[in-house]
Order: sequence, then C-alpha cells, then structure tokens
Amino acid sequence: DSVEWEGRSLLKALIKKAALGGEQVHILGCEVSEEEFRAGFDSSINSRLVYYDLFRDPLNWAQTGEALPGGPLGALQAMCKRTDPGPVTVALDSLSWLLLRLPCAALCQALCAMSRQHACRGPSQSRPAEQLCVLGLLHRELHGPGPTGALSSLAQTEVTLSGTAGQASAHILCRRPRRRPTLETLWFSVLPDLSLDLQGGPPLESQPHPDPHTPQVSRRPGRKRGTGACGSAERRDWKLQGVGVGSG
Amino acid sequence: MFPELNNLLNTTPDRAEQGKLTLLCDANTDGSFLVHHFLSFYLKANCKVCFVALIQSFSHYNIVGQKLGVSLTVARECGQLVFLEGLKSSVDVFFRAQAEPHPLQFLREANAENLQPLYEFVREALKPVDDGEAAWRCPVLLVDDLSVLLSLGMGAVAVLDFIHYCRATVCWERKGNIVALVHDSGDTEDEENNILLNGLSHQSHLILRAEGLATGFCRDVHGQLRILWRTPSQPTTQRDRSLTYQYKIQDKSVSFFAKGMSPAVL
Repeated sequence: DSVEWEGRSLLKALIKKAALGGEQVHILGCEVSEEEFRAGFDSSINSRLVYYDLFRDPLNWAQTGEALPGGPLGALQAMCKRTDPGPVTVALDSLSWLLLRLPCAALCQALCAMSRQHACRGPSQSRPAEQLCVLGLLHRELHGPGPTGALSSLAQTEVTLSGTAGQASAHILCRRPRRRPTLETLWFSVLPDLSLDLQGGPPLESQPHPDPHTPQVSRRPGRKRGTGACGSAERRDWKLQGVGVGSG
Repeated sequence: MFPELNNLLNTTPDRAEQGKLTLLCDANTDGSFLVHHFLSFYLKANCKVCFVALIQSFSHYNIVGQKLGVSLTVARECGQLVFLEGLKSSVDVFFRAQAEPHPLQFLREANAENLQPLYEFVREALKPVDDGEAAWRCPVLLVDDLSVLLSLGMGAVAVLDFIHYCRATVCWERKGNIVALVHDSGDTEDEENNILLNGLSHQSHLILRAEGLATGFCRDVHGQLRILWRTPSQPTTQRDRSLTYQYKIQDKSVSFFAKGMSPAVL
C-alpha cells in the first residue's frame, strides 16, 4: 500500500473472508494495537483470530516478561510452530515493520520455513500449497527494489493499491506454476463491516499504469460490481496465496 | 494557536481528539509555525504536554507562545508542561556521571543503538497522577523535531522505534496524542530521512505538510499547506480526505486561503 491508499482495511477484509471460510487465522500485529486491529470484526470472527502482539513491547524495553520471546524473528518463528494442520491464513501486519528490523534474507527464510513446516504437518500432503495462505502488508515507499523484489519473488500474488477520483483500485498480479502471469485491475471499497465491495470503475485506458518492471502478462478485463462479499465465482481470485500488498 | 487552522482541521481545544498521531512535515520552507500552533492548542486544551524541544531554546518557544496566548513559564511551573530543552541538556549530558541516565545520553555513546532513555523520560513525564483525579485532560507528546535525531547519529529505525514505544504508551495506553515534526529535504538519496518520513506517514492519523511555493518566494504567500486525514486501520467508504491551502504568516496569526486566492491578488 501507500500513504495515500492504505492497505490495512483490505488486509482485514481478507482476514474476515478467511475466517468465515472456516480457516484458522493467525495474525502477527506489529504496527497497531490488538484492540485497534480487532476493531470492525464481529465477535464470531474475533474469537477465531489468534493474535500475536508485537506492538506493545516489541524490543522488550519494559522487561515485564510479557514481550514475545526472541524479538521479531522469534515471534515469526513461533507462529510457524503454533499453526495446527489444516487450512490456515497467516497475516503479517506488517512485512515492512519486520523488514526494517530484520535482515531481508532472514525474513525470506522465515517465510519459506513457515510454508515448509506447515506442509509437513498438513493432512493433504499431496497438495501442500493450498493449506497455507500468507498475507503480508508492505508499505512500498519504505523499501528499495532489492528487498521488494526478494519478497515479490516469494509471492504468488501481488496486490498493488492505488486509486483515482476517490476510488480505490487493486492491481492484482498473479503467478501460477507453468502459466503466464495474469494482471487484473479491480475497483473496490471495504465496507464498515469489512466486507469487500467490488465496483465498476473508469475504463482501462484511464487507469493508472502498473510499475514499468511488471513483466509481460495476460490482462483480464476489469471486474464489474459484485454482491457484497465476493461470491463463489469470484472466490478463487481472492484466495490469495503468498500475497504482498504493495503500493502504486 | 491559529483559529483559522483550527477551522480547517475542524477542531477546537474543547473537542480535541485522543489517541492520534499527527505528523508535521516541511519541505523547502519552515514549518515551525505548526509546532507553535499545536503547543498552544494543547496547552489551551488543558492537556499535560511533554515537549521534546531539540531545535530552539525555551525562551524562543515562550516568546512565540505568548503571542498565541499561552505562557510556557506558567505552564511549566504548575506542572502542565514538561520541557526538555535539547540545546541546554546536550551540554549537561557531558558533565553528568555516566551511570546517571539522561534522555539524551545517546550523544555521549559511540554506538548508541536506541533511544530508550528518551522514551523513559517521556513515559515518566506523562505518567498519570496518583491522586485519583486527573488534573489534566490527556497527555500529549510534542517533538521538534525528529530529523535532528538523524543528524545526531541515530538511525531511522531507532527513531521509528522511539515513536513506536511512545505511540504504545501515550496514544494507546494513556489515550493521548503525539505531534512530531520531520523535515523533507527532497533529497531522494537521503534514505534514512525518507524511511523516517514515510514510516511515520503510514502511522499517522493526520499529516500536515507545509511546502514552499514552486515559483519561489512571494511576499504575500509564504507557502502552501497540504492536509491529509488518514484512518490507518478503519475502512472508509470514501478515501481519506486531502485538502490544500496557501498561507501567509503574520505576527500573531496565520491566514489561509484557497490557491490563487490571496487577498493581495484579488
């Protein structure tokens, strides 16, 4: 995301969608308080969220014994060990916070290890890639092309937020094995109950162009209005695996 | 405080919001008038203010404050204002025994890694009173300015960690506010300052950016102010609001007007 087009509300909307789908949801919260992050979720959703609070005392300055052991990297590694087998969504709020305080290589290794460890414990070991979904919020102004590129290389899907005329848009770059990457633009808003509302928007010609380094991709036409939360026909597009939410 | 700026921000001392981080930024101009505004605003709002003043002396802020209707001397004496005078304290730190903690002790440490002593100072200064009845409305931390910490050798992440802990304590735990000024040098190669500025921008609920005019100096228009309201965690059906005004600083006030609508040219 960017300063002008924040991505935390979209992250929360995706978390809600995962929780409603019966998935475990584990959240590493670094940038805002747990209370602030949980705001907007109803009690049934909140009860399904497992929250790791790295906001209150991330560096153990208070020395009360309440800080997550091992600092930011330890907290991330602890999340890997605590996720039970079965479909799970891990949300990192934010990847930028972690990337500023951890070496990029260590963070990338931790993310890869998370996926491998979960795959080893999953019941459907023949299809491990679908067991774990990692959502990471990245503030793109904060990082150079190197770290951003490294995280992009790990992600199957990149969602870049921008907008025009007060309307937010998501440029979704999706990479699947042995297929050409696809690029799709959706106009959306996140409703107060954290549902996603897909909307029609300006014609493709007037939409902001993605970054020039974006590889040659197949383009899909912009989506028209959906019905509140995404319906089943659109669910596949929103079931993101390994997502980085960057900025335009 | 400047009443016209209050009108633009749709706020008054009686209706000051709580739990917010306000980022002040200046680019190619001097944005210190914003610091003076918020200092007088929160003193008039009956808030307990901790002012980490690293740029000017106490007497400077006091003189300007008196023009805006507040006395920093009185506020300090009655306990409403805790004032860390950086220019004076930075000398004291070298004459104090090393074992004694000092908020600016990073100045005498060759490899200071963090600003924890400064955070501890702020936390102690804004500690709630124990007499069971709040004397002041809410705690406020004001910093002028954060960029100088980079100039003094601290890294951007260390400054971000300091603000992180201040947010956790002042904004979240004690429902207070933080106002901090960061300069934007416009130098894309100044990575540390860009990380600090962008990092704080993402955490802010309100960003006030004072910019010099692209056309250069003007006697009747001193700059333009961009105001960006953000909701970092809550969805809004409309995107965050942004307004731009031009301004002229006078002796005791600042007047704001739409672009190109300066009274001097109408």
